[in-house]
Amino acid sequence: MTMPMYVSPEQLMKDKADYARKGIARGRAAIGSTYADGVLLCAENPSNTLRKVSEIYDRIGFVGVGRYNEFDQLRIAGVRHADFKGYAFSRDDVDARSLANQYAQILGHYFTHEMKPLEVEMLVAEMSEEDGGDQLFHLLYDGTVMDMASFVVIGGEAEAIRDRLEGTWNQEAGLTDAVKASVGALAGPDRTLVGDDLEVAVLARQSGRRAFRRVEGDELDALLA
Amino acid sequence: MTLPLFTPDDDPGPSFVGLLGRLGVGAPDMPDRIDPALITHGTTVVAVRYVDGVVMAGDRRATSGNFISHRTIEKVFPADSHSGVAISGVAGLAMEMVRLFQLQLEHYEKVEGSPLSLDGKANQLSQMLRGHMPLAMQGLPIVPIFAGFDERVGQGRLFQFDGTGGRYEERDYAATGSGSLHATTVIKLRHHDTLNLDGAVDVVVEALFQAADEDSATGGPDPVRGIYPIVASITADGFERLDDQRVSDRTAVLLERLGGSVVNPTQPGGSGIVR
Repeated sequence: MTMPMYVSPEQLMKDKADYARKGIARGRAAIGSTYADGVLLCAENPSNTLRKVSEIYDRIGFVGVGRYNEFDQLRIAGVRHADFKGYAFSRDDVDARSLANQYAQILGHYFTHEMKPLEVEMLVAEMSEEDGGDQLFHLLYDGTVMDMASFVVIGGEAEAIRDRLEGTWNQEAGLTDAVKASVGALAGPDRTLVGDDLEVAVLARQSGRRAFRRVEGDELDALLA
Repeated sequence: MTLPLFTPDDDPGPSFVGLLGRLGVGAPDMPDRIDPALITHGTTVVAVRYVDGVVMAGDRRATSGNFISHRTIEKVFPADSHSGVAISGVAGLAMEMVRLFQLQLEHYEKVEGSPLSLDGKANQLSQMLRGHMPLAMQGLPIVPIFAGFDERVGQGRLFQFDGTGGRYEERDYAATGSGSLHATTVIKLRHHDTLNLDGAVDVVVEALFQAADEDSATGGPDPVRGIYPIVASITADGFERLDDQRVSDRTAVLLERLGGSVVNPTQPGGSGIVR
């Protein structure tokens, strides 16, 4: 007679969480932080074509780390959700909070109901036209959502990077100082990151309807100099 | 509103229109006959190539049958940062098509991470018009002009369309709508290869003025209400709408120039009626 294998729910959840965490920790980190003119999104990403940072809507940006195909699928679903909502209602009705909730539903569903949880950690950022109103939503692999007004670190070694950025982040910083703080925190004391290692974008106030703008090439090198 | 996730074989890709179809949002069923007096029509729009790009312009009138339904309608829109679309035909459907077209270009750019080529954009509009063909055949046509700055070849390009979705690239100028015949004649006579922005603006302002002079569905400049054509330029720096003051100034110059040649209306005509 064979005995069915019993695994306690606690063990099952723990195994899934460990699995997801391990997958996410393998990748390089990314930071979303608010600064004087809006939101800065900064990721360590040596690839120039496979993006971690992208545009969702007029004032909404997205950063994903972990398994590329999984977070890219969610990114595209987010663009579709936002574009359809803006088409059905008005562009002003599209907000990051509802998108973050949708993401949380999907992540939570995968975590509890599917064999394999999604190995992703994501950040949804919304720039506000008023100073100090910017929102950062931090999404974990199990569907946990946290909202922050200062900065969010996602991906591998997030803990150490968070500690470093704690000392250098400043709400009033201009773009140059904000980029330096984020890149310094990502690099740590023993490394120097150059433009080619980074993917940087901003959601800047007073920059027209589509606020998302990539900071790359000479402009990024000048900010890092 | 839930997150639109699809299985790989049902995925609409970067097509926003495809996405709308999957989400069950389509065109409404139409009655067999439509009373033209109930439908708002937009009229004359033109586009002219000049040294730095393209100028697009449209008059401000919309008509329903013999009524003027709107005096300040806008028929020239940015399609994305470096292209524009101008519409004539059934205003409600045309504006919805413009909205979908704008969304389609932006949606593609965001999903794919890079914008469509200018030919790709023109082709998209062509396909949307082909999808609209059954309605066009029922008497609800949309005839746009598409123009943009092609960053790959470094010059302005313009495209004309017909109701079947036919796409025809024009070298120097395009016009559509009820006053297009007269507008085209003006542009044809005034256009030359070294036209700069000021010159191009003068050409389109005059073209629309003459079209309005001959076609009742095209609105002329209206200094009393301060209504002037919408004029936009598309260059390497992108789509930019010219401010009303500039168009009003150029209109004033045109009227000044034409003033000398207008026949004195108090002169007796040859009607044979005794006054």
